[in-house]
Amino acid sequence: MDANAAKLIGAGLATIALSGVGIGIGNIFGSYLTGAMRNPAAAPKFFGNLLLGFALTEAVALYALVIAMLLLFVF
Amino acid sequence: MATSASPLEQFAIKRLYEVHIGGLDVSITNSAVFMLVAIVLATAFLTLGMRQHALVPGRWQSMVELSYEFIAKMVRENVGNEGMRYFPFIFTLFMFILFCNLIGLVPYSFTVTSHIIVTFVMAAVVFLGVTVIGFVRHGRHFLSLFAPAGVPIFLLPLIIIIEVLSYLTRPISLSVRLFANMMAGHTMLKVFAGFVVALGVLLGWAPLAFIVALTALELGIAILQAYVFAILTCIYLNDAINLHH
Repeated sequence: MDANAAKLIGAGLATIALSGVGIGIGNIFGSYLTGAMRNPAAAPKFFGNLLLGFALTEAVALYALVIAMLLLFVF
Repeated sequence: MATSASPLEQFAIKRLYEVHIGGLDVSITNSAVFMLVAIVLATAFLTLGMRQHALVPGRWQSMVELSYEFIAKMVRENVGNEGMRYFPFIFTLFMFILFCNLIGLVPYSFTVTSHIIVTFVMAAVVFLGVTVIGFVRHGRHFLSLFAPAGVPIFLLPLIIIIEVLSYLTRPISLSVRLFANMMAGHTMLKVFAGFVVALGVLLGWAPLAFIVALTALELGIAILQAYVFAILTCIYLNDAINLHH
């Protein structure tokens, strides 16, 4: 296989990581909403934790992006 | 597409003033200039805001007090009163990253935190500092961090390897998280800016509106990532100071 084609396929495959991250982010906000519906009074206290969890999960997607960029531009 | 229009071109480091000491290249680059700008703006924001130190604060002074109290509360809640000794370091770290991220959002400016070497140095300093604090406070006992209490004895070898690995990857994940967020956001903005030009006057408004929304998101991300960096530093510091699971 042409090396360039393999590179492009690899970069495309790296985006599979997004499926897991999508599940993760949906899970975080879904769980937060479930909890907030049950006990709305306690919800604002955990908004910071929500954002922290979101940022940590989103960062995983960006690791995949870094791998895709490395494949495309470095090798 | 010509290389000059590449979305990654904005990350290029240019030498503005050549300085060579011995064999070392310590030229003043655009990165160094924007670091200095961030430090000057952060210092001006804090000192000029507190110049009048009124009992009833004005808008500017409230912003300074809010940012101080925000980080102080975070350190107190995550590390305890013992951790307040390290509060100046964490506050400096937070303000520096925050101002670097925010200055990077100004068009035609340079985002210092979009370079892995900058974020990695900050993460490495945090990692080494936390490790040294742990060993100074607890001596050899600090190694019990890698063997959580209540683990069955036959699982212990596996757990220790996992814990050591996760400890050693902390500086990498801490630095890559900030760097990747900044780089991805700015690259995405440039890619959509390319769409605006390519689609022309009639259709170009759609990506332009999207850029406006993205810029708002990036503003949130800039603040959030500074917060995440600071709170993870607090969590690592808590491991070293309080040492219990």
